[in-house]
Amino acid sequence: MSNLKETIIMQFATVLKGGLLAGFMAMAMSGSALAVTLNLHNGGDPRTLDPHQVSGNWEDRPVSDYIEGLMTLDAVGSPILGQAASYDVSDDGLVYTFTLRDDITWSDGTPVTARDFVVGAQRMQDPAKAADYAYLMHFIENAEAINSGEITDFDELGVKALDDKTVEITLNAPTPYLLAALAHYTAYPVPAHVIDEVGDQWTAMENIVGNGPYTPVEWVPGSFIRSVKNENYYDAANVQIDEVIYHITEDDNAALNRYRAGEFDILSSFPADQYQLLQDQYPGEAHVAPFLGVYYYVMNQTDPALADVRVREALSISINREVIGPDVLGTGELPAYGWVPPGTSNYEGEAYMPDWASEDYGARVERAQALMEEAGFGPDNPLNLQLRYNTNENHRRIAVAIGAMWEPLGVNIELFNAEVGPHYDALQAGDFQIGRAGWLMDYDDASNMLDLLKSGVSQGDGINWGNNYGRYSNTEYDALLAEAATELDLEARAALMHEAEAIAMDEFGVLPIYFYVSKWVVSPSISGFEDNAVDRHLVRYMSKSE
Amino acid sequence: MLTYVLRRLASIIPVAFIAVTACFFILRLAPGGPFDQERALPPAILRNLRAAYDLDQPLVIQYFIYIGRLLRGDLGPSMVVQDFTVSQLLALGLPFSLMLGLFAFVIATVAGIAAGTIAAVNQNKWPDYVLVLVVMIGLIIPNFLMGSILQLVFGVYLRWLPAGGWQNGSMAHLVMPVIVLAWPHAARISRLMRGSMIEVLGSNYVRTAKAKGLGERLVLSRHAIKPALIPVVSYLGPGLSYLLTGSLIVEQIFSLPGIGRYFINAALSRDYGLVLGTVILYMAIILVLNLLVDLAYAWLDPKVRYR
Repeated sequence: MSNLKETIIMQFATVLKGGLLAGFMAMAMSGSALAVTLNLHNGGDPRTLDPHQVSGNWEDRPVSDYIEGLMTLDAVGSPILGQAASYDVSDDGLVYTFTLRDDITWSDGTPVTARDFVVGAQRMQDPAKAADYAYLMHFIENAEAINSGEITDFDELGVKALDDKTVEITLNAPTPYLLAALAHYTAYPVPAHVIDEVGDQWTAMENIVGNGPYTPVEWVPGSFIRSVKNENYYDAANVQIDEVIYHITEDDNAALNRYRAGEFDILSSFPADQYQLLQDQYPGEAHVAPFLGVYYYVMNQTDPALADVRVREALSISINREVIGPDVLGTGELPAYGWVPPGTSNYEGEAYMPDWASEDYGARVERAQALMEEAGFGPDNPLNLQLRYNTNENHRRIAVAIGAMWEPLGVNIELFNAEVGPHYDALQAGDFQIGRAGWLMDYDDASNMLDLLKSGVSQGDGINWGNNYGRYSNTEYDALLAEAATELDLEARAALMHEAEAIAMDEFGVLPIYFYVSKWVVSPSISGFEDNAVDRHLVRYMSKSE
Repeated sequence: MLTYVLRRLASIIPVAFIAVTACFFILRLAPGGPFDQERALPPAILRNLRAAYDLDQPLVIQYFIYIGRLLRGDLGPSMVVQDFTVSQLLALGLPFSLMLGLFAFVIATVAGIAAGTIAAVNQNKWPDYVLVLVVMIGLIIPNFLMGSILQLVFGVYLRWLPAGGWQNGSMAHLVMPVIVLAWPHAARISRLMRGSMIEVLGSNYVRTAKAKGLGERLVLSRHAIKPALIPVVSYLGPGLSYLLTGSLIVEQIFSLPGIGRYFINAALSRDYGLVLGTVILYMAIILVLNLLVDLAYAWLDPKVRYR
């Protein structure tokens, strides 16, 4: 306790002293040329700056500006070479050999070596580290077995250092999205030389080093993270912003006020009801762009009524998706009739679009009523359904709107909301009838969406349904996806996945409602910010004019 | 007096123990856990996570692990902000919350007592009406709205004050948060003060003092103020603990690095360690403040004796 008390007293003194000092400094410095600072609104506090322990986009932003993988992203979100100078792929698509750049060092001057990537990949799968995104890298040979504790020798992992500058990655199966996956934080290296000395404390501010364009130097929980330009970064000559402050503000209205007061240059989100004001008063500054995610309702197909495909069809075609984005939400989310978001990579071919989507809405409702009647429901025998959603104003509004659209079918909806944790618990346990869900894609590949509807796998005395909350199951669908997983030709693979998507959608296995849009506000003084489908924006490409 | 203080301090220990125990078990009754997310974690990973935080042990064992750590002064790790321990988070945020709360407390108390006294002396005249109006504004407008209004007026339109943040530590950042936090408290204090002052001013001994020929000022400062303060003082203890602990909304609107936000955020995300740490800290503050208030009565009212 004494330690704590001392720290408190010290902190108190520092806060007071810092306040006075900073005040004087601000006065002294005003007028003189200052370094270029980007003030970025970033949402909540990251859980950590350890790239293998994070999972949110508000964590990705500071992390991906200070650590870079073998691959990185360009301004429009496509994978490009990062710490790697080149790579080779074996003919069977299973072994990738990366050669590192010559001129790369950590921010303390220590060279980046192949071992840093190996240690990073091993830590990601180390059961003791309990990384919740470990499964994203399970396409690597032996990764899953190491993560579950079956293999205890980490050197058996399919990520190896052939020499100081060569990393070899061996895969379980050809993985067309590997290069994109390597630009994700789950594949980042770690400074092995720092971890050797301080272990898990390596992300503490006094120990942290990075190999990316910026290095974090200060973190005040609840307020901000400050990173400064890393002069050791290989492309430092082209990095124009000297300092980034990631402001921690969960209140979107307050963040917008601070943007309007000129304190923020970029907002990573804004309140939907302020979209009109932004368009009127700050034309061109609000960026609303589609990105890889689906907002959907799951129908529990172990429920007798919802197991009937006619009922599922009626529920789906009677939703007027065209009004959800523009009218219910007010931010122009795109109506979703298919399962894979537009703009998804490795998915050549025409997007799934059912015929009924272009049908007159009135006619659709009549057909839905007829379907319900066939299934034995109607005004005299209404279908009572509970609709669960996690507590949130937008989810409530959509639930109310959709409940009203279902009323003419003789469907009575009871709304039930819970906090996000218990809500998803119930979905996973299958303890619901209709449930709200959302899926933001982990990597830019259609398989990440389609895998959600794969049948559960037997595990012990039950079936593990994973994130297939509605328990949709179709053997043909499963077979197509299994075939796609080993198909090397990208076009043939895409065709198989399109076929699978059509099966699940024609059977109304799930109710997609809209495709997510990213909502940024970018000041006109910032250039280099490009809307992109993966919604990742590295600060190294941005510049700021006064 | 000293024995009284010691006895009160000793009684804090069982109270604190019961509160920690109750809080520990009630938290676990709440559905959900710290690792629930939008997507299911593979069972192996969930098992790894639970083992890393001792959550795989029986609840009673977890309780003893926690108490054992607590007695050694270790509040454990935070599950939601992993890069900091609970002690570190509280140590970083507490000085700020204390500073914010104390500023607001001093301003609310001085302004409230002054406004209440002026209103009472000018009962049913214009200064009274004006003050009542100002007071009502503070009571009626909820703090998140007041914060947004001030932000818009002084930050966005006039640009006199920063609209939020604390990154350069300038005191200008505190002006709006302190006003938002202090206003409703100043309002409550002034209402208490006005009422009790009107009552005191109508009492026999004040009439006697006036009859003796004492001036209005002297009557107020020597005879009326102290007894009129008693109801105000009863409010100050809870008021201060509320100011020190209830700054959640203000901290969020102005993105200030205090601990108020942890209380709600940690509870919602089931960060058991952080919730308990915050509860223990708040409990210590409230218990100490209540003791101070009880001691203040003795100074104000000679009839109160401590045994």
